[in-house]
Amino acid sequence: MEAKTKDLWVFIETNEDGSPKKVGLELLNPGRKLADKQGGKLVAVVIGNNVAVSVEEAGKFGADQVIVVEGPEYEKYTTDAYAIALVHLCEKYAPTTVMVGATNVGRDLAPRVTARIGTGLTADCTSIDIDEESGNVAWTRPAFGGNLMATILCPDHRPQFGTVRPGVFKKPAETENKAEVIREEFHVAPEQIRTKLIDVIREAAEELVDLEGAEIIVSGGRGVGGPEGFAPVKELADALGGVVGASRAAVDAGWISHSHQVGQTGKTVGPKLYIACGISGAIQHMAGMSGSDTIVAINKDPDANIFSIADYGIVGDLFKVLPVLTAEVKKIKG
Amino acid sequence: MNILVCIKQVPDTTEIKIDPVKNTLIRDGVPSILNPFDGYALEAAARLKDKDPDTKIVVITMGPPQANAVLKEALGIAADKAYLLTGRAFGGSDTLATSYIISQAIKKVEETEGKFDAIFCGKQAIDGDTAQVGPEIAEHLGLPQVTYGLVCEKTEDGKGLRVTQEGDDGKPIIEVGFPCLVTFTKPNFDPRYPTIKRKLAANKAQIPVIGDTVEEFPDMDRSRIGLMGSPTHVKRSFVPERKKGGIIISEETVEDSAVKLAALLSDAHII
Repeated sequence: MEAKTKDLWVFIETNEDGSPKKVGLELLNPGRKLADKQGGKLVAVVIGNNVAVSVEEAGKFGADQVIVVEGPEYEKYTTDAYAIALVHLCEKYAPTTVMVGATNVGRDLAPRVTARIGTGLTADCTSIDIDEESGNVAWTRPAFGGNLMATILCPDHRPQFGTVRPGVFKKPAETENKAEVIREEFHVAPEQIRTKLIDVIREAAEELVDLEGAEIIVSGGRGVGGPEGFAPVKELADALGGVVGASRAAVDAGWISHSHQVGQTGKTVGPKLYIACGISGAIQHMAGMSGSDTIVAINKDPDANIFSIADYGIVGDLFKVLPVLTAEVKKIKG
Repeated sequence: MNILVCIKQVPDTTEIKIDPVKNTLIRDGVPSILNPFDGYALEAAARLKDKDPDTKIVVITMGPPQANAVLKEALGIAADKAYLLTGRAFGGSDTLATSYIISQAIKKVEETEGKFDAIFCGKQAIDGDTAQVGPEIAEHLGLPQVTYGLVCEKTEDGKGLRVTQEGDDGKPIIEVGFPCLVTFTKPNFDPRYPTIKRKLAANKAQIPVIGDTVEEFPDMDRSRIGLMGSPTHVKRSFVPERKKGGIIISEETVEDSAVKLAALLSDAHII
């Protein structure tokens, strides 16, 4: 495909209630910089049902234009309906670049769409820029479990596609909504949708944890020693108004559910404050939390890797440190 | 049922270390393993076969000849037949070119093994971590896809699969008719190990090799494979810079350190 415009698109994934997922709004931030460098518009693409809130928010967070496809067939995500709609939009408007949040949905949709168009896709990027030499987007992503970074270009195919991790970029500042809204009447026939959502198993309320949206995360690792070891971790998280995270070691040991896991096979997070308790700092864990603004490490082992990326560290027993820290936090917060 | 499982031999990324002087990856001595997510896909196939012993499980890998090791491992665990897809012309392929080659090979294997009802893949390989090849194969073959599968079973009418998926919030249960492609992530159980008996048989198994020649693939579009057929190119790769360590707080007792930490975080307006 040839690009007909210099526009940069951000796919805004929506929740079932029509509100935007945070990552879509986050991508408007690097999207603005890249769109300006490319000399085109920043366009938000919203697919869903009753998505007025997402359209409004996309404009508020800086999109020049919002393209909306609405219909009951888009209320719940299906690969087929969303891929057909997004390919249609790409063919009609021919943007030069498309960014999609690297959620499970984004990573289901983007390869399907790019394979159909026959263009290049770079998955799970953690930094994006314009390659000075060629003017292509330079997509940078981790590989080998975070041990290696690779910068990837898609020189001859358009649109150049990338999925970008949640939590890597901050939402842009709110501005006056000046976005032009384009409503695209496009529908997918029921027989074109080949998968059927039967049910959704929701985890028990205490298992629900919004790691990606959290501003403060207190995480426990192997050092907490067992399920009961998460009690002081949770007490500190509660005192701070934060949520509980965990390393893979703690999840694999069955001490806490997978929904709490931070790292390569869990969630990528970027809170204001990340407190790692009894976490040694495997590269796979650090790949999921090194974007946090401030990192605190508490570990008995002075040689633990986690200290190499921590802003503040205490070498010591977490069971002695955490109760005191929790009490101090309560005092400060009054 | 006739199931194909796509597998890959990968370096064990948990064993990779960084040379602290040259700041490069040390790959020597890193063991090659079956990509763990492909192991979960194979286990899902094996569980379907447990319920329905008539099920046939075929595995395929694309890689150098030594990738035979993971095919033998898969035969030792649950597979009935294995194919190796290998050739120089395939080298340098990105995910799009790789998925095209594999989709062509699947059509070729189906000439011998019959049409596959389901194609299973790991959600991603732990070396590339792209999670793209599965959905791209599905697209090339025109199959519906379900990604991030945890477990699956046949639907009541026996004409498809019911897959429990790891979603961004909650676990969707999705039904999809045959033929289909499903990618698998880590379930909350460990996959089975090879048995001694199967291992011995696997060691003796003849593994058919599919090469990259025009005779093997008369219909393959050569402009879509290898480096030339790949839309994406790696411009550079580098070992990530580690943020410098910060302040280690070490007051007289750890309790004092905890008090100091709270004060520092408060002073910096972090809490």
